[in-house]
Amino acid sequence: MIEYTENIRDIARRLLEEGTVDAFIGYKKGSVPMMNEPVLVRDPADVDVLHWDSNCGLNLCNYLTGRTDKVGILATGCNSRNIVTHVIENQADRDKLHIVGVPCTGVIDHRAVKRAVKHREISEVVEEPGGARFTVKGPGYEETFDKADFLQLNCATCRHRNPVEYDELVAEEVPEQENVEAFKDVEKIEQMEPGKRWDFFERTISNCLRCYACRNACPLCYCPTCFVDESKPQWVGKSIDPTDTMTFHFLRAYHCAGRCTDCGACERACPVGIPVRQFTKKLNKDCVELFDWEAGLSLDSRPPLDVYRKEDPNDFIR
Amino acid sequence: MSAKLFSKDEWVGVLEGLKDAYEVYVPVKEGDFHNFRPLKEGTRPSFDFQNSRMSPKFLTEPQSERMFEYTLDEDQPDAHVLKEDKKELPSRAVVGIRPCDAYAFQLVRRNFDTPEYVDPYWVKRYEATTFVGLGCNDPCETCFCASAGSGPFDRKGLDVLLYDLGDAYLAQGLTDNGEALLGKTKGGKEPDEDAWKQARALTRQVAGKGSRRVPTDKLREKDVNALYEAPFWEDVAFSCINCGTCTFLCPTCWCFDIQDEVQTLPMVGDRMRNWDSCMFPLFTLHGSGHNPRSQKTERVRQRFMHKLKYYVDKYDDGIQCVGCGRCVQFCPVNIDIREVAERMNAL
Repeated sequence: MIEYTENIRDIARRLLEEGTVDAFIGYKKGSVPMMNEPVLVRDPADVDVLHWDSNCGLNLCNYLTGRTDKVGILATGCNSRNIVTHVIENQADRDKLHIVGVPCTGVIDHRAVKRAVKHREISEVVEEPGGARFTVKGPGYEETFDKADFLQLNCATCRHRNPVEYDELVAEEVPEQENVEAFKDVEKIEQMEPGKRWDFFERTISNCLRCYACRNACPLCYCPTCFVDESKPQWVGKSIDPTDTMTFHFLRAYHCAGRCTDCGACERACPVGIPVRQFTKKLNKDCVELFDWEAGLSLDSRPPLDVYRKEDPNDFIR
Repeated sequence: MSAKLFSKDEWVGVLEGLKDAYEVYVPVKEGDFHNFRPLKEGTRPSFDFQNSRMSPKFLTEPQSERMFEYTLDEDQPDAHVLKEDKKELPSRAVVGIRPCDAYAFQLVRRNFDTPEYVDPYWVKRYEATTFVGLGCNDPCETCFCASAGSGPFDRKGLDVLLYDLGDAYLAQGLTDNGEALLGKTKGGKEPDEDAWKQARALTRQVAGKGSRRVPTDKLREKDVNALYEAPFWEDVAFSCINCGTCTFLCPTCWCFDIQDEVQTLPMVGDRMRNWDSCMFPLFTLHGSGHNPRSQKTERVRQRFMHKLKYYVDKYDDGIQCVGCGRCVQFCPVNIDIREVAERMNAL
């Protein structure tokens, strides 16, 4: 996707020069391999900092919350669905957004790459134009990999690579992935005995620092005060007691029910590599099965937890 | 000061032997990364690492600790009386700590052990700990220890310095505590001249590679208000998501919060001390509801101003950072303290 960079700069320059937008939100190349930094550009003279490659894994929709100016923003499939969700939830005004759609071929799983080079130092990761392969360079070695083998897990099972809502695209749409088995991992957990499942959850969160990188990387988490930060009443303890930590993770996931686009920003952000999507994905699966719902596909439909339908599958609500 | 040469074949046995006298902490591989853990039955120490994911600061400041317990049951004679949590603080040895992380304890000590105030838990734990450092043959690309008052073979925070000579560790005692620990080790032999030669060559070779230079020389002379009002803070802070990754992984971030956790049935409570983070809005929220650092730009500025200016001015002994590079590597949005230091230094 590195070839998008020039187009992105041209589009941003035009939008800023024409005054279509006051600011443009994109990425600049990071100072560390496989890490790019979200950036806000106001001056057309600065658009050359903008950069795009397969390591743009944070969700830019995060940076829309609370903005009142006219903003241009890059949006991949999942990011665009989060923008839709933001608009539906009155966190962003569609009229003030200029969405520049990025047909996405997936984000590289930086942890998988580090594993593949056996945790040797990585000095540089170079993506080939077209993006099918990338080369990892470090002191005394150089290895080339197929990107398809190193996609973030959410990207490997993504069914919405192309933006669903946009004002213009940086490139032609990419083919959508077909026959992906999106919820295989969730099914495995569902099939566990309750005791085993509990052990699995405990193991999964055992390294959690309560740094809240997962929560803060998520565009859905925009509450002025999160329930974990409330002190009157105190809903949950602030230590690293496993019960409190588990409460945080489960409640965070439930708060995302019917809203999560599985963008993977939470999992990518975690400093200790907790697969936090395991929690949100279960609720995504429930939403597909119970309500035939995937979040953020249209500005015209409300998420399942804030609508009433006579065909609701649950008896108690009809 | 004495020194010993341990072959790697006998090394785990040497560590096991120390367990009689110390609670021994060693690097352990857990999935994709290492952390320091107590050496117990079944623990497999792994010294094949650049650095641990979590800094070893938890040795003196655990992420969460109970300070007091109490009952709120009015029928009890000791209702509302805080009772100190009895803590066992045995002698400990942390083996394999990197020199930068060991030096960090010296910086943090300035906060917990002052002429006016002594934090009993921190100080007792620190005094009970012997620091056996492992020199860095292969510093990370995100490290900048040499610009932060430390270095790959820095001895300042250490009691013993280990040189990894390939098939052996050369252990050099640096303090009385270090001597005592070496005296308790079983095995090893007197290092020959060849071992010392190798160690010196290693030190030169690693120094020659040179970690990235991060300029901090002008920070002291900068006007504090000019830095505070610098035009770049909004830029620096834009991408920040205000998580606590940088502060929680940092070996020199020392802030904590004290919270009561009360339960009903029975009505008892614990007074807890937990790590806190200046990135969190709650960190500065006043009882009145006012928050002097309500915006993320203010919080990001605080973190860098504290490390790179306020601390520098207050103690006149360099920056409050040892250059371990954890925050650089693991910030989810790639905010890089090296770049911020450059901008502040160049203002």
